[in-house]
Amino acid sequence: MVLYSLLTILSIPFLYPMVWMIFAAFKPASEFFALPPRILPQEWTLEGVSRIFTVTPFAQQYLNSLYLAAVITIGSIAVGALAGYGFARIRFPFAGKLFLVLMSGMMIPGEVTIIPVFRWVTELGLMNTHVPLIVLPIFGPATVIGVFIFRQYFLSLPAELEEAARLDGLGRLGIFARIAFPLAGPAVAAVAIMKFLAAFNMYFEPLIFLRSEELFPVGLGLTRYQDGYGEPLYNTQIGATALTVIPVLIVFLFAQRQFVEGLSRTGLKG
Amino acid sequence: MIGYAFIAPAVLGVLGLGLVPFGFVLWYSLHDWNPLVGDFTWVGGENFLRLLTDETVWASLVTTIQFAAMLMVFNVALAMALALLLNQRLPGTTTFRTFFFSPVIVSTVAWVLVWSYLVAANGGINGVLAMIGLEGPNWLRESSWALVTVVVIQVFKGVGMNMILFLAALQNVPAELKEAARIDGARPTRVFRSITLPLMTPTILLVVMVTTFGAMDVFVPIQILTQGGPGRSTTVISYLLYRTAFEQQDFGYASTIGVLIFVVALTLAALQWSTRKRWVHDEV
Repeated sequence: MVLYSLLTILSIPFLYPMVWMIFAAFKPASEFFALPPRILPQEWTLEGVSRIFTVTPFAQQYLNSLYLAAVITIGSIAVGALAGYGFARIRFPFAGKLFLVLMSGMMIPGEVTIIPVFRWVTELGLMNTHVPLIVLPIFGPATVIGVFIFRQYFLSLPAELEEAARLDGLGRLGIFARIAFPLAGPAVAAVAIMKFLAAFNMYFEPLIFLRSEELFPVGLGLTRYQDGYGEPLYNTQIGATALTVIPVLIVFLFAQRQFVEGLSRTGLKG
Repeated sequence: MIGYAFIAPAVLGVLGLGLVPFGFVLWYSLHDWNPLVGDFTWVGGENFLRLLTDETVWASLVTTIQFAAMLMVFNVALAMALALLLNQRLPGTTTFRTFFFSPVIVSTVAWVLVWSYLVAANGGINGVLAMIGLEGPNWLRESSWALVTVVVIQVFKGVGMNMILFLAALQNVPAELKEAARIDGARPTRVFRSITLPLMTPTILLVVMVTTFGAMDVFVPIQILTQGGPGRSTTVISYLLYRTAFEQQDFGYASTIGVLIFVVALTLAALQWSTRKRWVHDEV
């Protein structure tokens, strides 16, 4: 009993913000800072919610986020699986050294290299486009963790599988595409979860590279809810926030087991 | 040769978007460069001299280290406590695990926005405090509280991930070992201290290093919650770099700050790694 009361008290700061957010979307702005604080609105209103799609191009931003996250996830899986397979199963000169090069890329904080990248993006005329937001996470240092997870996974595949395929006349690419990759389900799931979340949460790069609100991902869009005088629209902002959080939470609740276990496995052995 | 084709996209990408840009940062740091004006002039070590005497930089470095230290301590302590509580095979622990983990998947922007309402001067937290007769501070607008508040919000966001890592480590502790110690008359606290904790030290080291590295480039909570203020009490070094580059357009000097960030991050990682022989239990 002591255990459960302790756990319940501890879960308040984790759950309360989400519960508060959902009901706050239906409060009039005046109730946001009411005393004593209430979770449920005293007066239910759709005043905030009704403006979500008109104050900012929220639907467009939502689509931007979904499509960016999908492209980045698929691209990261492709790059990570190819390189992971290459490092794990193919022998070639300097493989060890090249792997070290890859790992050292992870030691450089992204904020530091943004300055030259910003310059190149400007010179190539790619400012205010989605190109840098897609290219950076797929090919940049952020891709290393994916390579690492796939490499660990492919190292553990039995060699006989590939032997058999080779005798059947399959080349390297064929073995990778037909034998190794289809067996890499858990690694694909782990990388997919990590990359999708990271891409959906992207904030810093869009802040640097984007100017037009129609191109923003939702995260950046959420910070721009203001009325004509630059005053924040509390309930509209919170309503939009809830709309970005609820689908993710629902997916998570259904796929909870794979989610948590996939991540814990990569955290330990990745 | 086909091996190179497999690894080329990743290796070329990391070279071109990580290591080569870092080389450019070193080069820029020796220049005075304002892209608005368009000048790019060699100044040698001048930026580094300026760095040495720049009080703002050192103050923000101290803030960053305070931030990292607090984040690390709260994170490890809370994650360990939650993992120990949830490690008992009792009904309902999976549900609580889900609760503690759920903020991990919520975007930082959403999490931080919601908390910004809760910690406002007249927000929910102070409302609750008022009901028990206490007057809470204006959490984000008082320099003595702002940094701690950002840290706490950040800890609740990410501690679930570390809790899962600790849970996995706890479940890897062989039951026979604990059983044997118990038969020898060791009490639960002793079992924890002498068997469980030493076997968890590799995971603790991992969490400490990842948390420190993450703290070096914290940006979103600062930008949304405090913009570095009040005063400069929450101006961490990565936020200072952002401002120097993208608000003041001082790209050369911002690059110098970038070099400093890299050196500090590497030093911290090396320090933590070098202490491991003294406290990290090595099974092999």
